[in-house]
Amino acid sequence: MGFPHPPHPRETQVLSRWFGDAEARTYAGWIKRGGYAALEQALGMTREQVIEEVKTSGLRGRGGAGFPAGVKWSFMPRQKTKAHYLCCNADESEPGTFKDREIMRWTPHQLLEGCAIAAYAIQAEQVFLYIRGEFTEPLRIMQAALDEAYARGVLGANAMGKGVRIDITIHRGAGAYICGEETALMNSIEGKRGNPRIRPPFPAAVGVFGCPTTINNVETLSSVPHIIARGGAWYKGLSLSSPKSTGTKLFSICGTVARPGNYEVTMGFPLKELLLDLAGGMRPGRTLKAVIPGGSSVPILTAEEAMDTLLDYEGCVAKGTMLGSGGMIVLDDSVDMVYQVMRLARFYAHESCAQCTQCREGTAWTVKILQRILGGEGRPADLDVLLDLSEQMTGRTICVLSDSCAAPVVSAIRKFRPEFERYLGHGKAAARA
Amino acid sequence: MSDLVKLTIEGHEVEAPAGTSILEAAKLVGILIPHYCYHPALPVAGSCRMCLVEVEKSPKPQPACATPITPGMVVRVASDVARAARRAVLEFLLINHPLDCPICDQAGECELQDYTHEEGRAAGRYADYPKRYNPVEDFGPDVLYVPNRCILCTRCVRFMENVAQEPTLNVSERGDRARIGVFPGAALDHPWAGNVVDLCPVGSLLSKDFLNKARVWDLDKTASVCGGCTQGCNITLETRDNAVVRVKPRPNMAVNRWFICDEGRLGYAWLNRADRIEAPLVREGGRLVPVEWEVALARAAELVGAGDGPAVGLVSPGASCEALEAAARVLAARGEGSAGAFRVRQGPERPLAGVPDLALRAERAPNVAGALAAGFGRDWDAAVARARAAGLVLVLDESLAGLAEPVTDGALLYIGTVLPETARGAVVILPCTNVAEEEGSFVNLRGLRQRYAQARTPPGMARPAAWILDAILAALPARAARAGGRA
Amino acid sequence: MSAADGAGTGGAGGAGGSGAGARTGAAATARARAEHGVAVLPAVFGDEGRRKLDAILARYPAKSGALLPALWMVQEAHGWVSPEGMAEVAAVLGLTPAYVKGVVTFYTMYHQHPVGKYFVQVCTTTPCNVCGAEDVVAAFLKATGAGALGATSPDGLWTVVESECLGACGFATPVMINDDFIEGVTAESVPALVARYR
Ligand SMILES: Cc1cc2nc3c(=O)[nH]c(=O)nc-3n(C[C@H](O)[C@H](O)[C@H](O)COP(=O)(O)O)c2cc1C
Ligand code: SF4
Ligand code: SF4
Ligand code: FES
Repeated sequence: MGFPHPPHPRETQVLSRWFGDAEARTYAGWIKRGGYAALEQALGMTREQVIEEVKTSGLRGRGGAGFPAGVKWSFMPRQKTKAHYLCCNADESEPGTFKDREIMRWTPHQLLEGCAIAAYAIQAEQVFLYIRGEFTEPLRIMQAALDEAYARGVLGANAMGKGVRIDITIHRGAGAYICGEETALMNSIEGKRGNPRIRPPFPAAVGVFGCPTTINNVETLSSVPHIIARGGAWYKGLSLSSPKSTGTKLFSICGTVARPGNYEVTMGFPLKELLLDLAGGMRPGRTLKAVIPGGSSVPILTAEEAMDTLLDYEGCVAKGTMLGSGGMIVLDDSVDMVYQVMRLARFYAHESCAQCTQCREGTAWTVKILQRILGGEGRPADLDVLLDLSEQMTGRTICVLSDSCAAPVVSAIRKFRPEFERYLGHGKAAARA
Repeated sequence: MSDLVKLTIEGHEVEAPAGTSILEAAKLVGILIPHYCYHPALPVAGSCRMCLVEVEKSPKPQPACATPITPGMVVRVASDVARAARRAVLEFLLINHPLDCPICDQAGECELQDYTHEEGRAAGRYADYPKRYNPVEDFGPDVLYVPNRCILCTRCVRFMENVAQEPTLNVSERGDRARIGVFPGAALDHPWAGNVVDLCPVGSLLSKDFLNKARVWDLDKTASVCGGCTQGCNITLETRDNAVVRVKPRPNMAVNRWFICDEGRLGYAWLNRADRIEAPLVREGGRLVPVEWEVALARAAELVGAGDGPAVGLVSPGASCEALEAAARVLAARGEGSAGAFRVRQGPERPLAGVPDLALRAERAPNVAGALAAGFGRDWDAAVARARAAGLVLVLDESLAGLAEPVTDGALLYIGTVLPETARGAVVILPCTNVAEEEGSFVNLRGLRQRYAQARTPPGMARPAAWILDAILAALPARAARAGGRA
Repeated sequence: MSAADGAGTGGAGGAGGSGAGARTGAAATARARAEHGVAVLPAVFGDEGRRKLDAILARYPAKSGALLPALWMVQEAHGWVSPEGMAEVAAVLGLTPAYVKGVVTFYTMYHQHPVGKYFVQVCTTTPCNVCGAEDVVAAFLKATGAGALGATSPDGLWTVVESECLGACGFATPVMINDDFIEGVTAESVPALVARYR
């Protein structure tokens, strides 16, 4: 369902089927809805079979990078010489994204089941579920579900009575967007500052506590039980478009839109229909100005571009942007593009871990330039300086937070330059008029 | 040698073991890729992004410090892309920098200044925005932190964490608010903490001892060996107008890698002592009178050659091998039964945890092994007892502190830099140079003999002890001189 | 206010007692206590706290893994993470206080200074911003009497800060009051909300 709204007939509900149904949160309720059958089934398969099935499904990471999940799992050492870990990324902090929160709030067992299957597949006996510190309600619900799952023997030393050890530990974050970056997340679990790590080594070789580790997003892992239960081929068949983008995806729609919420559609769904039909289009009297389709870190689409974008990994790339986390920020004609771009840059400046020079200094400098422009004191060269800084902040740093700050800035200046120039030419009062 | 990797860096063919970083491989062909956070002594951080280079077939510039070489790799250091990346890093680093080079101790040896001079923009574009400001902090006994100059390379933090293995420094806050911090009330007082000042590529961590003392381009630098303990750390003595004003570690992978302890670093004041013996003195009619070297040496040779029983040597393990060996020859020339001993000041051993076999050693003298090799013993008390009745006592730069007066009923031949009360009864007093004023060598506790060079002009007529002793030997009657050998 | 000045969220702007004057530990913390009117901060890892910590430690292969959870315990007990709290955590986990402080200052949810009884975080990042989040902030500042961002109201009850994305953008504007997560707050609904806590 386009939670919190009633389901829309054009949605394909796999993950969101039980959103809004409080009974599904309980162990008994989950069992009644067919829960933990997939885990039981998976534990009866070989690890290779589980990985093969997920590879067949074409499931790609829903955390932003879109890396094929089955392939990622197969990077884990076959011969286990050290502990293996699975980290579930529930740090969900990318502006515009609020889908993992809903999965955890309504279907905690769905996530636990996915974690357990993945842990089995990669020979991890321990799962760290990293939940951002602000998610107090999802944390409470996940903890209750976890306690129940232990009590019912789903988890623990003898998970599902199958002789496999699967432990899940909730690790609460404490306020840092960057901890959503997978290597920062591992550092945070280790009790360090949430600094992203340089690669190599990659997590599958040296991950959390120095051991082979796989990191997956909440939505990615929650899709796994369905893939096991109904088959990889079924999942792959859900795509409307490219064979490289399969299954369903939860799109979080927010901003100045009539019915914000989470909508689950198959990959390749037209952005236009999702926005105008499912999410109810613009608020009365407003017209669409721009859409940031994949969370705030991706290039902005103009209304025109958005209207013929297909929502899958390839479709977004074709429009010069990215599917990212599927958090769609809708901006109507009332929005001051310059101000909102400044506000996004401020987000990144606040969240930069401070390691890389370009990011630490560049994000803050970007904010200062934009603020001065907004204050009517901008200089003619400012836009070129911004573009140049952004270029030097892109593809130069340990992680892509720096790039993420540059992307909206660059695309906004390219696509909405007159709005910036109005501030430059005439100051604030004229720009607002 | 099977896993050597061949690649091309800036047109040069390079071969290096697999796992080597681009930055280290480039050094092999004489190219030093600009960098800040990287330091061979520390774990790779890969964060300053100054070392970005262009790698063929790679879509993005790669950090040379953190990218392992691969076969056939083609690396460009001076290409437009690489230069632009570095120029941008320099500009970013400078936006919040106070540009206070004229009053900064680091100026002249600052890597930010140097690289900006080489490749930076002529003018920054950070126009009229306020700069980040944080007040200077007193980090510890010898370290000041000037946050406004800090480029957050975290070398200091990594040194304390991984090398000293006592994380007393941290990065506090994040984003452009980040800075280096200590815990309230705690001090950066680890016995090796001073190394953070050397590691800091800019003028952010400063030595209080050196503060405002000299401009570094006015300093003369001389290779030397630390006299602080038996470790034998390699150092550079830095002098300004003949005064030692700073001691810096000189890298030697076999001894001290890149480091020295704070005792060695700060314990140089005695090298500049003003109360030196400046002329040879001989006793005449109960008075000590200054004389020419010839006269003094003749008197000394007379004493040695007098043959009224064995002589006793009281020597310092801080003297050079050359001096100690010459002293041994003089004692041997004196004849059968002559021998000498030394004592060593002791202190607590202070290891640098992250480096094997590196410590401020309990024995606080540089040449214990050299003294032993020259034939001097550790039986100090016995030697002192024998000295009382000996016909001749030869002192080589020993303070004689704590000894009863008179040291001997016989003749005292004193060679030293300063004249302690205890030695005022000497018959001949010969002024020698200290370690900063002569060439010589020390043998460290692992048996490594290391040379040091002369950093300053000796005061007055002082001469190296080795020269003095050899001159005495030369002035002896031929028979005695020929018998010279080990003590 | 700008992100660059750092006062945006969770008191991140404070120097945390590392100013030039605060060099003697005991004195500094005693002064801080006096300034903030906090009499005594009881030890967190006594019998019960220790048991809880041991249970957490059992979950991690290295002690440091328990650092974030232990800091949460300190904040629960004291309302903020004081220098004493950091030192206590450092001692029980075998870390240095400086290391712990580096970690505390990274995460904006750990309060480095005491805050009001009700700590209000209003998301003002773009998705909420375009839905009127700044009006919500203004309404909170007015209704609580806190007056300025990061300041505590004269009655000591309220501290209001802007926060970055709270991960509930579809429910603009989300607000956290301590651990309560409230969706769909509008400038109009703020006074009633504040009244509910008073
Ligand atoms: C700055 C930054 C923030 C990120 N934040 C999140 C996040 O909040 N949640 C998430 O699942 N992935 C996030 N990611 C992506 C993760 O690094 C990682 O790719 C993902 O968790 C892998 O899981 P997946 O393959 O299932 O998508 C972030 C990446 C970056 C660079
Ligand atoms: S790009 Fe920014 S957030 Fe990412 S590692 Fe570098 S400084 Fe940290
Ligand atoms: S103080 Fe110096 S060494 Fe330490 S982070 Fe700053 S610039 Fe680097
Ligand atoms: S020297 Fe390579 S990133 Fe700093």
